[in-house]
Amino acid sequence: MAIKSLFIANRGEIAVRINKAAKALGIRTVQAASEADLDSLACRLADEVVVIGPPQAAKSYLDVEAIVQAIKASGADAVHPGYGFLSENPRFVSAVEAAGITFVGPDAATIAKMGDKAMARAEAVAAGVPVVPGSDGRIGDLADARRQAARIGYPVMIKASAGGGGRGIRIVEDEASLEKLVPQAMAEARASFGDDGLYMERYIQHARHIEVQVLGDGTDVVHLFERECSLQRKRQKVWEEAPAAMLPRSVRDALGASAVLLARRVNYRNAGTLEYLYDSKTQEFFFIEMNTRIQVEHPITEAITGIDVVQAQLRIAGGERLWFGQGDITQTGHAIEVRINAENPAKMFMPSPGLVATYSPPEGSNIRFDTLLFEGYRIVPYYDSLVGKLIVWAPDRRAAIVTLQTALNSLKVEGIHTTVPLHKALARDNDVGEGAFHTAWLESWMAGGALEASRF
Amino acid sequence: MVKQVLAPLPGLFYRKPSPDAAPFKQEGDPVAAGETIGLIEAMKSFFPVEADVAGTLARFLAQDGDTVDADQAIAELE
Repeated sequence: MAIKSLFIANRGEIAVRINKAAKALGIRTVQAASEADLDSLACRLADEVVVIGPPQAAKSYLDVEAIVQAIKASGADAVHPGYGFLSENPRFVSAVEAAGITFVGPDAATIAKMGDKAMARAEAVAAGVPVVPGSDGRIGDLADARRQAARIGYPVMIKASAGGGGRGIRIVEDEASLEKLVPQAMAEARASFGDDGLYMERYIQHARHIEVQVLGDGTDVVHLFERECSLQRKRQKVWEEAPAAMLPRSVRDALGASAVLLARRVNYRNAGTLEYLYDSKTQEFFFIEMNTRIQVEHPITEAITGIDVVQAQLRIAGGERLWFGQGDITQTGHAIEVRINAENPAKMFMPSPGLVATYSPPEGSNIRFDTLLFEGYRIVPYYDSLVGKLIVWAPDRRAAIVTLQTALNSLKVEGIHTTVPLHKALARDNDVGEGAFHTAWLESWMAGGALEASRF
Repeated sequence: MVKQVLAPLPGLFYRKPSPDAAPFKQEGDPVAAGETIGLIEAMKSFFPVEADVAGTLARFLAQDGDTVDADQAIAELE
C-alpha cells in the first residue's frame, strides 16, 4: 500500500533530503528530533515534529524503544531510517515490523544476514561473486602455507587468528619470504596470544574502493552503475565519483552484473550498495560488504542516471514493483560529490560547531547542494560533522572538476570552519586530475604537507 | 592563585576516559602541567581537556555529561 505518512528517524542533511523526496510523492512527513535539533532545517520542512529525547544520540536517535513508541504515537504508516543511527539495526527493524509499520528498507532477516561479514561473504561465494581470496580458516604447517599462498597469489598477508588491531600482520611478497616469515609469525602468535594459529589472505596494495548501487523490489534487481570512493581520510569518504571512470568498461560491466547476482540471491528489496576492493594491477575486484540503506553519496548516481533513489525507496516500500528494467537505465556524463564538514583542515580537522553567520549556496548550472545549512543556524556538537554535500555534473570528468572548482568558489559559509579548502586543493591536484589515487592516497598526500603547500 | 582550565572546543564534557572507568581526577588531586583532566566529545570525536599549569584540582565547574562551550571554565586549580 502506498505510504501516506512517513516518520523520518534521522537528522541533518539526509532528513532534509527525505522530507523533500516524500513531499514530491505527496507523502506527509513526521520528523523525529532530539531537543538539540528543534531549530533544524528538517524540522522546518516537516509537516510535524516529534521530540524523541535529549541531545545525546544514545538517548534519542539511537534509542530503539523511544523511537518505536514515537512512530506508533505519530500514526505514521512507514519509517525511513536514513543512514547511520538505526538504519541497519535488526532489532529496530523487527520492532517496527512487529508494530505493523512499513520499514523503508529490507526486512530484519536480510539486514542481519548482510550485516554479518562472514555470512555476507558466504552468500557472495555462493552467488559466484569474487571475495578477497583467503585461507578460509587456519593454515596448518609450512607446507600448507606454501600451497595456500600459491593458490591465493602473492603478495599475501598473514595474520594471527587470535590477534586483532593489526598486531602480528606480515606482508609476504614471495615463497622465499614465506619460508622465513611463517615460522616467525607462528612463534610470535604463540608468545602473544598463546595460540599459533595463522590465516592468510591476498594483500591488495593500492586498492581502489568501488561500489555498486542496486535497487530491488524483492524479486527483480537492477544496478544503477558504480561509484568510486577511494579518496578517504580515517576510513571516511571525502570525495566520490560516478562512474568509476578509471576502470575498464569490461570490469565495470562485470561489477554491475555481480552486484545484481548477489542482491537477487537474497531477494533484495530497497536501495542497497555492494562495496568492492579493486586491484588495478590485476584488474580484479573483490566483494567486501553490503550496505542495506541509502548512502551519503547516492546523489552522484542520481546525477548520471536521472533516477531519484530516495523516491524509489519510498515507492518500493509502498509496494510498487520496479517500474523499469536494466535496459532502460542509462548513464550520462560524470558526477563528483565532495563532503563539506564543519571541521578545520588547518587544525587537524578539529570539529567546528557554532553559529553560521553567513551562508549562500553555490551557484551555477549542474550544481546541487544537499545541506542542513541556513544563515543563522547554530550547528550543534552532538552529531557528525557533515553539513553539506556538493554535487556537480558535467559531460566528462575533466569538465566536472572545473564545475566543482566554480561551485567551491561560489559557496559561502562564514562563522564556522569547513573542509572547503581541502576540496579546493584536491580539485587542482595533478593526481586527482588524472584519477591516479587509491584508498591510502589522501592520507599520504596530507602527511606530505600538500594541504599546507596549497595555501601559498 | 586560582587558575581555570578551559574547554578547548564546544561539546559534551566527560570526567572519565570511558563510562566504566574511574575519573581522570578527583577534587583535591595534584595535576601536572599538560595532564588530562577530562574529555570533550564533539561531532563523534574525543579531545582531551588539559591543564596548562601544575596545581591542585580545587573543584570542577562542569559535571560529567554537561554540554560546554569553547573556553568555558571546566575546573579550578590552586
